[in-house]
Amino acid sequence: MPKVTFIEHDGTVHTVEAELGATVMETALRNDVSSIVAECGGGCTCATCHVYVDEAWVEKAGAPSPQEETELDAAFDVRPNSRLSCQIKVTEDLDGLVVRTPSYQGR
Amino acid sequence: MSETIKTDVVIIGAGPVGLFAVFELGLLDIKTHLVDILDKVGGQCAELYPEKPIYDIPGIPIITGNGLSEALMEQIKPFHPTFHLGEMVTTIENIGDPLYRVTTDTGKTFECKSVVIAAGGGSFQPKRPPIVGIEPYEDKSVFYAVRKMENFRGKDVMIVGGGDSALDWTLNLQPIAKRLTLVHRRDDFRGAPDSVNKMRALVAAGSMDLRIGQVTDLEGSDGQLTAASIKDKDGTVSRVACDAMLPFFGLTMKLGPVSDWGLEMEDELVKVDVSTFETNRHGIFAIGDINTYPGKLKLILSGFHEGALMAQRVHHYVHPQKRLVFQYTTSSTSLQKKLGVA
Repeated sequence: MPKVTFIEHDGTVHTVEAELGATVMETALRNDVSSIVAECGGGCTCATCHVYVDEAWVEKAGAPSPQEETELDAAFDVRPNSRLSCQIKVTEDLDGLVVRTPSYQGR
Repeated sequence: MSETIKTDVVIIGAGPVGLFAVFELGLLDIKTHLVDILDKVGGQCAELYPEKPIYDIPGIPIITGNGLSEALMEQIKPFHPTFHLGEMVTTIENIGDPLYRVTTDTGKTFECKSVVIAAGGGSFQPKRPPIVGIEPYEDKSVFYAVRKMENFRGKDVMIVGGGDSALDWTLNLQPIAKRLTLVHRRDDFRGAPDSVNKMRALVAAGSMDLRIGQVTDLEGSDGQLTAASIKDKDGTVSRVACDAMLPFFGLTMKLGPVSDWGLEMEDELVKVDVSTFETNRHGIFAIGDINTYPGKLKLILSGFHEGALMAQRVHHYVHPQKRLVFQYTTSSTSLQKKLGVA
């Protein structure tokens, strides 16, 4: 199974196994990465699963869809490598993905 | 203060579970008023996933959040519930056995025999921007809603956000503000195209300012803003004078006043008896995502079941003299009359 590393804003590192086809947000919740809130449960409507994709992975993770870009307007400290983790599906290509969480998800 | 509204039951929350509770209570001749902080019914179905399909409503293979809300509104029509939208219940006071006085943040009061809390994840409240030191300015010069437009007359107003709320208030306040600055993180707006065009025309005419960037810092004292710092895309920080700020970053769910109501709680959820969904306070019930019990699943269908059982117990409080005979809508003429089909 592919591995995903979450680096939380307080420095806590979680390297976890991810199910193929699951989203990065779901992977975080299954592994108690508490700085991913995911209030809407993956609907791309709340912007509380915001992550910064590690520079090395930005291209592979891809760019946000127009709907995701719109929803990022409701996130804070948005950067060029910002994504909503509910919109990134885990594939073999993303084995080793590294994402960082912001200090605040809006709640 | 307005006159007290007397009713059988006040339902707090007009999401799918609160709406279906109207149906179950209505079949037992129990009248309802619903209060919701949103300006529309449907709760999370309306606010978080209006267009997303739901696949696990029994008997309905696929329906959107809006579709479910609309279908429930149709289903409860025969019972004529009264809605109080855009209001939040703040207190529940025990004034009888059981008789409750329920008060909202607009000062409206109800007297009712039972209260049903169907508040889901709590109340939807504006997201607070993570600007260090913003708290002292809140409700003094930083506002999450406009209560009185006049308060912004002659001021340097800064509006932050790119959606309809930000654009609507930009267009409404620009004529009366001394100078209005709209700040958004990108030069693309998700609001109604007509509002975007009007805003751009004002910018082109030099009547307001549009800044692309994010607010990083506030200046002022004693709760009164004097300026804000804006960081643009290439990291350059600049200062903009402002004495009022309106940030619009959407809503988030907060538990809100539920925790002040003397209810036994666990992990911000209300503990209930699983045979009646009554809380530790007699006559106060909790159904749907807001409650907890062993084996609880946060599913809409669970909330529907909880509402049906809750109604049986509420009947004891509302009609203590009447014996409750269990009936089916398929065969009971009396229930069918209530539904207006017999």
